[in-house]
Amino acid sequence: MAFESLTDKLQNVFKSLRSKGRLTEEDVKVALKEVKMALLEADVSFKVVKQFIGAVQERAVGEEVLNGLNPGQMVIKIVNEELVNLMGSEVTEITFQPGKSITVLMMCGLQGAGKTTHAAKLAARFAKKSRKTLLVACDIYRPAAIEQLRINAEKVGADFFSMGDKIGPVDIAKAGIEYAEKNGDTVVIIDTAGRLHIDEDMMAELQEIKQSVTVHQTLLVVDAMTGQDAVNVAQEFNEKIGLDGVILSKMDGDSRGGAALSVKAVTGKPILYVGMGEKMEDLDQFYPDRMASRILGMGDVLSLIEKAQETIDIDEETGKDMASRMRKGKFDFNDYLESMKQMKKMGGLGSILGMLPGLGIKGGDISSMVDDKQLAQTEAIILSMTPDERKNPKLLNPQRKHRIARGCGLDIAQVNRFIKQFEQSQKAMKQMQGMMGGKRGRNLFNGMGGMKFPF
Amino acid sequence: MFWNRKKKQEVSPEEASAEQIDEIREEAETAEVPCPVAEGQSAATEMQDAAEQEKQASNTAEEVAEEEPKQGFFARLAGGMTKTRDKLAGNLSNLFKENEIDEDFYEELEEILVMSDIGIRSTEEILDRLKENVKKEHIKERALCRELLIGSIREQMATSESDFSFEEDKSVILVVGVNGAGKTTTIGKLAYQFKNRGKKVLIAAADTFRAAAGDQLSAWASRAGVEMIGGKDGADPSSVIFDAAHRAQSRNIDILLCDTAGRLQNKKNLMAELHKMGTIAQKEYPGAHVEILLVLDATTGQNALSQAREFNEVTELTGIILTKMDGTAKGGIAIAIQSELGVPVKYIGVGEKIYDLQRFDADSFVRAMFEGEEA
Repeated sequence: MAFESLTDKLQNVFKSLRSKGRLTEEDVKVALKEVKMALLEADVSFKVVKQFIGAVQERAVGEEVLNGLNPGQMVIKIVNEELVNLMGSEVTEITFQPGKSITVLMMCGLQGAGKTTHAAKLAARFAKKSRKTLLVACDIYRPAAIEQLRINAEKVGADFFSMGDKIGPVDIAKAGIEYAEKNGDTVVIIDTAGRLHIDEDMMAELQEIKQSVTVHQTLLVVDAMTGQDAVNVAQEFNEKIGLDGVILSKMDGDSRGGAALSVKAVTGKPILYVGMGEKMEDLDQFYPDRMASRILGMGDVLSLIEKAQETIDIDEETGKDMASRMRKGKFDFNDYLESMKQMKKMGGLGSILGMLPGLGIKGGDISSMVDDKQLAQTEAIILSMTPDERKNPKLLNPQRKHRIARGCGLDIAQVNRFIKQFEQSQKAMKQMQGMMGGKRGRNLFNGMGGMKFPF
Repeated sequence: MFWNRKKKQEVSPEEASAEQIDEIREEAETAEVPCPVAEGQSAATEMQDAAEQEKQASNTAEEVAEEEPKQGFFARLAGGMTKTRDKLAGNLSNLFKENEIDEDFYEELEEILVMSDIGIRSTEEILDRLKENVKKEHIKERALCRELLIGSIREQMATSESDFSFEEDKSVILVVGVNGAGKTTTIGKLAYQFKNRGKKVLIAAADTFRAAAGDQLSAWASRAGVEMIGGKDGADPSSVIFDAAHRAQSRNIDILLCDTAGRLQNKKNLMAELHKMGTIAQKEYPGAHVEILLVLDATTGQNALSQAREFNEVTELTGIILTKMDGTAKGGIAIAIQSELGVPVKYIGVGEKIYDLQRFDADSFVRAMFEGEEA
């Protein structure tokens, strides 16, 4: 996974530069170099990256480094804010014509972007809002495209209109809208053939459709995996046809989706939806903040920067207390449970460990060992213990363990494994006592820095 | 489609007959018409060995004139890539005007390479190698440096005859890739080519998932004039391949082409399904060579690397088909894939017509990317 790379790199870069008051030009430069790489690896257009980095640089130099963050994290925080800004800070929806008037949408894009599939997904979405949708098949070129749309229309319970592949798309579109009027549909979605943005004739066809029928929303479907070419495509479609919104398809893949940023940057048009799978209900709202962190390649880590700040403040007391108990080796299941809760608040252990100053390097391996299901199971095990057992782990005998296993619905072996791990980490903590004295034990998170948790 | 429609306006008499050879020639000729890049290029070209230039040009002309789709396709590819190339070559020829090889020069090269989707990491590797060689060979001129760069990419991307030996063997070809890459279309084109060379071809329609995928493929099969075996929608795709392999065996089929459903590489179950299909393809037609080709949309960015990795993991890819090369995308990511996984690009798709597929040729590919005219 490429996800850990940026965090790790930044940790390394800033190892020697911890906790300065304000971001210096040098800090920003070093950090932004890594950000630039990350954005390019995410397929954000080279030119967009250049502009973006310039803008961030200007803003970041001289900013105060927030308490608890290192300069690298601070830069990332700023980068993220700017990314979200650029992507449109609000969630958008398609606007419909008032009352019973028909809203006409037209899908366009390159071949294989997912137009036909997304036309049907939109219809499914509108059906939920009890809007009767008509799908109009204007892809007369690709073999079986009409059939594909027909089958999908049936699946989502939308109406379907086609005139075969011998009649021009413009006439089909016109007839389709007339049909919708009679048929009582309030949304018409025109599915068009995939085309290259440099194919003049085919682009002219879309212009003609728009000239002969009223299209309220022209939607460009863009494959989330698109590379540097995304800017050319979006720009051409926007200039020649005029776009109103963008649908980002195939977001259920593992691409970082930098195309989203490029397309938004060159067209200024909102990204409305993201396609998250092959099923007809796999269409999601677009959330700029989620997209920003995906492009940066840091998952939820970003939101953690802010959350960590709050949580550390609130739980400082608990943290201090626990850290001191840890130092004394008096770590019981209650503490374990408590620390797990804190983890959850902040979006999982892996991401937290990744964010800890000086520990980021290990974050990658640890997060791969942790999964949420296992955390839930661990929690169930502890919650199936009596208060006494939680306080005094030594009480646990086979009989009690069997009871716990029944209580949490897990296998006895799983319970045993967890308890064994717990004992090991207790031992490890005792051994760590010396190392954890003094300043390093300042709060829970630093305290945990040196040890391996058996989650 | 793009090409054909364009042609339709210019040469309407030929339209109905769809005589492709003529059409291709026509296109080849059109592509000969000098495009604006030529002027921008001249400065750089002058520096090259003039004799060789001439030889090359005449060779190209000869080949184009007397035959055969091959050059036509690259002319076509070149034509399709004109915009791209204009930009790229424009950038490059500007670059090479000033002659000093300095950091600015390398930075501009970096920009050009990154914008071709080669990826920042591969770009840096390529440039590091270039810098080393420039030093070693005491190169002082930008034009020579550029030749060196082209040469090194070409060398890396070169295919050998053995990469295509499966075409002459009995083969099972499994065509895999993510959704919308162009697998079904590519199968149609491959079937047409093999059929035209007198091979006995059978198509297995193992995409039983996507709505109307079977219909789409059977349209291609009838265009190509080959037989197709399908399964019901929702049938187990492995069973389709199983049946097809047995049919192929009993009829002594030369090339069995298997279409598969598009799948994103991070879908564990679908990838496992593909693994099974690969195993069956391997087992059920004993003695046949198994060729597994990844279809890659040339507009894809860095994710293509992850695609290649994951597909390679479950099926051991033997080659890549780069589709949609007639757009403005450069398909540079194939270079990164080659350097990481060693999987060569074997074919490229340059349009929507049944003959718009050609063997990948590293030289033409790189030249077409970097240069204006002589591709």
